[in-house]
Amino acid sequence: MNPKRISYIFRQAFKSMWRNRMMGFASISSVTAVLIILGFVLIIVLNVNNLAMVAKETFDQIAVYIEEGTEDEQIEEMGRSFRQIDGVMGVAYQTKDYALERVKEDWGEDAVYLQDLRNNPFPNTYIVQLSDVSKSDEVIAKIETFEGVDEVRYYQEAVNTLIKMADFVKKFGAGIIIALLLISVFIISNTIKITVLSRQREIELMQYIGATNGYVRGPFILEGIMLGLLGSVLAILLIMLGYNYTINYLAGRYVALISGMSGYLVGVEMVLDDLIIIFLTIGIGIGILGSLISLKKFLSV
Amino acid sequence: MIEFNDVTKIYKKTFTAVKDINLKIDKGEFIFIVGKSGAGKSTLIKLLLREISPTEGIITYNKQDINKIRKRSVAEYRRHIGFIFQDYRLLPKMTVYENIAFAMEMICCQAKSIRREVPLVLSMVGLSDKAKYYPDELSGGEQQRVAIARAVVNKPETVIADEPTGNLDIETSKEIMKILSEINKRGTTVIMATHDREIVNHFHRRVVELKNGIIIRDIKAGGYNNEPEED
Repeated sequence: MNPKRISYIFRQAFKSMWRNRMMGFASISSVTAVLIILGFVLIIVLNVNNLAMVAKETFDQIAVYIEEGTEDEQIEEMGRSFRQIDGVMGVAYQTKDYALERVKEDWGEDAVYLQDLRNNPFPNTYIVQLSDVSKSDEVIAKIETFEGVDEVRYYQEAVNTLIKMADFVKKFGAGIIIALLLISVFIISNTIKITVLSRQREIELMQYIGATNGYVRGPFILEGIMLGLLGSVLAILLIMLGYNYTINYLAGRYVALISGMSGYLVGVEMVLDDLIIIFLTIGIGIGILGSLISLKKFLSV
Repeated sequence: MIEFNDVTKIYKKTFTAVKDINLKIDKGEFIFIVGKSGAGKSTLIKLLLREISPTEGIITYNKQDINKIRKRSVAEYRRHIGFIFQDYRLLPKMTVYENIAFAMEMICCQAKSIRREVPLVLSMVGLSDKAKYYPDELSGGEQQRVAIARAVVNKPETVIADEPTGNLDIETSKEIMKILSEINKRGTTVIMATHDREIVNHFHRRVVELKNGIIIRDIKAGGYNNEPEED
């Protein structure tokens, strides 16, 4: 490609964008709209994902209930053995009396209902602190082999639910994103088709004059690229502003929630780089694809 | 320079548009292709532009079989030919000057040579003073003159005109013909499809007459209605 040709293609693309500015505006808006929805899905997926990750890190304790009537010596022996298990950071013993006391404290005035209990229903418990959450399954399996262990409780279910949720959102999000991409390619190709149709005579003429396909296609493809690019830049700006605003709004409104969740929410600056790359790639890709689809029909003369 | 050898074009396997065409056109000739609408004039032109391919036979341009030109080289081939349409096909959002410059930009040409050549062809067709006008501010005859200027600005070897006077009155048509003759005098081959008897008879040139897709007459210099037909 020589510079003359490139300059021609650029001039043509800009001219045509200006001439068809209303259509161009529609195309840019459609790209922006699609990308914003895409951005929302991405951000939600990221946040749920992050939430699951953080939760997984937080739930790093295993409660081991000890059978009624186990000898104190044996209990002490168990504690020592638990400490030896790979993946265990520390062990804390909690007697059944202590457990009852804590519940009474928690219940406050309602604790009167506990007065009538003939037996303390709480078991003696070891709280096992994990050093490595990923080894939780192995640790649990080992602990369960000990004599005197009644039950092992791990907040795995909660974590699993979260992970499943994240998975679902991811798959659901991926589905939406694919659907949206197809829709946006369709919209752009239609828009470019309208541009191409409105310039069909020009294209025909170019082909009669003997313009090469590069000349014929170039301006349209560039126009598609520019439309996609502008749409994605606009979407990036809007997402940035919108996301920041949302976080600030939540922070102002639900201070407690946010302070508790600050670790769970992904800040806009953390996703911005990826978002920019994703949006620009997709925007430009949509533009090129849309142009090519529309041009395919018109290059047969 | 241009040769049709036993060329037949059948559309959709049933409709024979032209049949067994044998035609030789030399460089620098001026040739009318006449016949009623549906006689096969347009098909002949489309074949020559390689818009369509013949069902049978061979068309050569400068001894090259044009249907053996690869798809990507068709554009190259068409640069040998300047094409003039019945309906002018000027781009409405461009001025006269831009319309002509467009044809140059499309295939070559530095801005400098565009600035030099466009005024030259404009003066040849007598529209130097209309360079900044838009097509819809011009009369039909003027628009066709712009279209002619656009067709010749790249100095093609051959100019093909498809009913160039079809939408014009006789006086304006004669002006157009004068310009085409002038172009021909400079050595360009001119092929003009028309059903305008008056024009053909006014200019004594080679006439190839088509009827139902067959060449029924090929006269060196003659008219269209020498032997009035009955049908």
